[in-house]
Amino acid sequence: MAITPPPQRIWWKEPIAKVELSWIIIAFVWGLVMFFMMIYWHGAGEQNLSNEAYKITPERFAEKSQAMIDEYTVREENYFPVVHPPAGSDVYLIARLWQWWPILELKKGETYRLHLSSLDWMHGFSLQPVNINVQVHPGYEMVVTIKPDQAGEFGIVCNEYCGLGHHLMVGKIYVVE
Amino acid sequence: MAKTTQFRTCPTTGLKVDLAAEKLIKANAVVAVVFLAIGGLFGLLVALTRWPAVHFLPADWFYLALTAHGFDVLLVWIIFFEMAVLYFASSVLLGCRLATPRWAWAGFALMLIGAVVTNIVVLQGQSSVMFTSYVPMKAEPGFYLGIILFAVGALIGCFVFFGTLVVARQEKTYQGSVPLVTFGAITAAIIAVFTIASGAIILIPTLLWSVGLVSHIDPLVYKTIWWAMGHSSQQINVSAHVAVWYAIAAMVLGARPISEKVSRMAFLMYILFLQLASAHHMLVEPGFSSEWKIFNTSYAMYLAVLGSMIHGMTVPGSIEAAQRARGLTKGLFEWLRKAPWGNPAFAGMFMSLVFFGFIGGISGVVMGTEQINLIMHNTLYVPGHFHGTVVAGTTLAFMAITYLLVPLIFRRELMFRKLAQWQPYLFGIGVAGISVFMMGAGTLGVSRRHWDMTFADAQLPFDYPSAAFLMMGLNGIFAILASLGGILFIVIVVGSVFFGKKLAEDEKPSYPEMPPAAAAVAEHGSAGTLKIPGTVMLVGIFFVAFVLYYFVNWKYLSEVWPLS
Ligand code: HEM
Ligand SMILES: [Cu+2]
Ligand SMILES: [Cu+2]
Repeated sequence: MAITPPPQRIWWKEPIAKVELSWIIIAFVWGLVMFFMMIYWHGAGEQNLSNEAYKITPERFAEKSQAMIDEYTVREENYFPVVHPPAGSDVYLIARLWQWWPILELKKGETYRLHLSSLDWMHGFSLQPVNINVQVHPGYEMVVTIKPDQAGEFGIVCNEYCGLGHHLMVGKIYVVE
Repeated sequence: MAKTTQFRTCPTTGLKVDLAAEKLIKANAVVAVVFLAIGGLFGLLVALTRWPAVHFLPADWFYLALTAHGFDVLLVWIIFFEMAVLYFASSVLLGCRLATPRWAWAGFALMLIGAVVTNIVVLQGQSSVMFTSYVPMKAEPGFYLGIILFAVGALIGCFVFFGTLVVARQEKTYQGSVPLVTFGAITAAIIAVFTIASGAIILIPTLLWSVGLVSHIDPLVYKTIWWAMGHSSQQINVSAHVAVWYAIAAMVLGARPISEKVSRMAFLMYILFLQLASAHHMLVEPGFSSEWKIFNTSYAMYLAVLGSMIHGMTVPGSIEAAQRARGLTKGLFEWLRKAPWGNPAFAGMFMSLVFFGFIGGISGVVMGTEQINLIMHNTLYVPGHFHGTVVAGTTLAFMAITYLLVPLIFRRELMFRKLAQWQPYLFGIGVAGISVFMMGAGTLGVSRRHWDMTFADAQLPFDYPSAAFLMMGLNGIFAILASLGGILFIVIVVGSVFFGKKLAEDEKPSYPEMPPAAAAVAEHGSAGTLKIPGTVMLVGIFFVAFVLYYFVNWKYLSEVWPLS
């Protein structure tokens, strides 16, 4: 029994039953399939998170974002600037207690280099209802190349707990034709 | 030690039980159950708050309750119970005196003090940082101090366990190799030492930071090392509850592992590959390379997963072989149909096995895939997954073996037997429900650790789809079922331990049924003639479900915005 010492003292020489061996082989091969699937997707898939990231101070990130906001703000909504940067450009999104700043307006089918960083605590970038989720750290600037392929209004929920106002932290992205 | 050790002989199993070890097992198990009750209550409050139609707690209390829930159940309940399992698997199963009971009590005291300190600090309200306490969010120093004391106590417990193994070997209290269950417990304890070391590396500086002696802790470094502790500790739970599965199958059905070699190798894989596991918490963080993520998240090509998949066949396989040897040989599933489903130890164990595999296991591997994590990270899918592993898996298995510990170790007859028969089903189905519905809500994007999914007070509006609200309503209903199951468990166990009929020294308990040790199915025949067609079928169903679900999620991923 499993609660007594093995009856065969030399248990490591007992043969393995065929069913067990077959299952071990199947499970092992399945592990390989799943392993190579991730590598395969880096070549063939369109959804891969970039590894581009830099160390940055909150002040510097705020400055860079402000420069974009000053240049490309097209209107205001609920006290948030709505920024329409040119296609292909670097766009900045600030995470801070408890806002995603500013509102971005992007063009469908164009690519953008989206820079994400936090000015205070950790936050979670959760683009909805698309459902893309990326962690945002203070002190690190992550650069993700995105290509919105649907037009419409999208929410950015914060999905990393960031204190009492966590559930107030909602941002917005417009994608226009 | 000068004092001579006193033993008694268990009339049911014939095992020699050291009375000092027995006392420690009792103390650890009782405290564990108390914290399960406290933590479970917080869990119910959290689930009721996340039920949109009820929305029970105000925001600050919600975050406080969630912090307390995570800490009390994931750390305190499980680790106290694991201490009981370690002492049982060493001292009792090897028929050996416990090495240094005094140190074991010191460890117990430290764990208890630590748990109480952290609970008090959390209840004071300034430390609602979740049990992960990611910096730079700061808790009161007592929060970290309590966790550190708790961990030091647990470390002492692990060393008492290792010491007992050494004593047993020197005093030759057993023949040949240690039993498989003890081997599983050794796996758990080795991983625990690694885990606690990682915890110390990160929590001690964090404590110093919270009192102002250290000026800065990098959030990314913190999170990486924190999960070297946080994830490895889940591997402790898996090792411990797999050992418990084997123990229950042996005690209730006399089942014997199909192959000692295969089962032990599967445990070994947990030790060899776990250090890599913290990576799957870092799949969408800045600053790691894809190569690092892929190699580590797959624990180097899914070898630890392979370990679990092996146990997934060998545990039901050993049960089937034992049942067939008893003559239940009709068709594929007579052995399973006529299994002792009215015995709460067996019912809980088997449901734990099925839910852990189908719900917790599959979702964990899918979510831990580098790219797929993008569509799940920090959504309710995550708590959905781990209620499948650590609640439907670990907690249910621990509840199941408690039904054997009460008569064997506490020496009391179990009370409320009819209720005890229902308890594993109520709890198991409730927890399976909350796991599945949280996973459903997460697939629809709903955030975890979030007080208001309507965003009523936010500056900008956003609405989750109405299906997500339905999921959270169903989650609330199943949370009530699970809580009823939890309350029943507490009532039955606490009632029996304090008020159950005392068993005389050589009296066998009348319930749950355990065959005398002699009835154990000693042999399955040779490896060549082993027949477990029912298990092969079950494993086949599992495999098909796994493959389909895995690729369905790649399909979901392929539909989101391209990003690189
Ligand atoms: C009556 C039983 C239980 C119910 C109804 C329940 C319900 C919940 C709910 C609704 C959440 C919150 C999800 C969120 O908003 O993020 C949660 C979180 C959690 N639960 Fe449970 N749970 C139960 C038992 C357990 C047990 C027994 C364990 C551990 C063994 C456990 C471990 C956790 C952990 C670790 C978290 C995450 C806390 C965090 O995000 O910081 N739960 N639970
Ligand atoms: Cu936030
Ligand atoms: Cu947040």
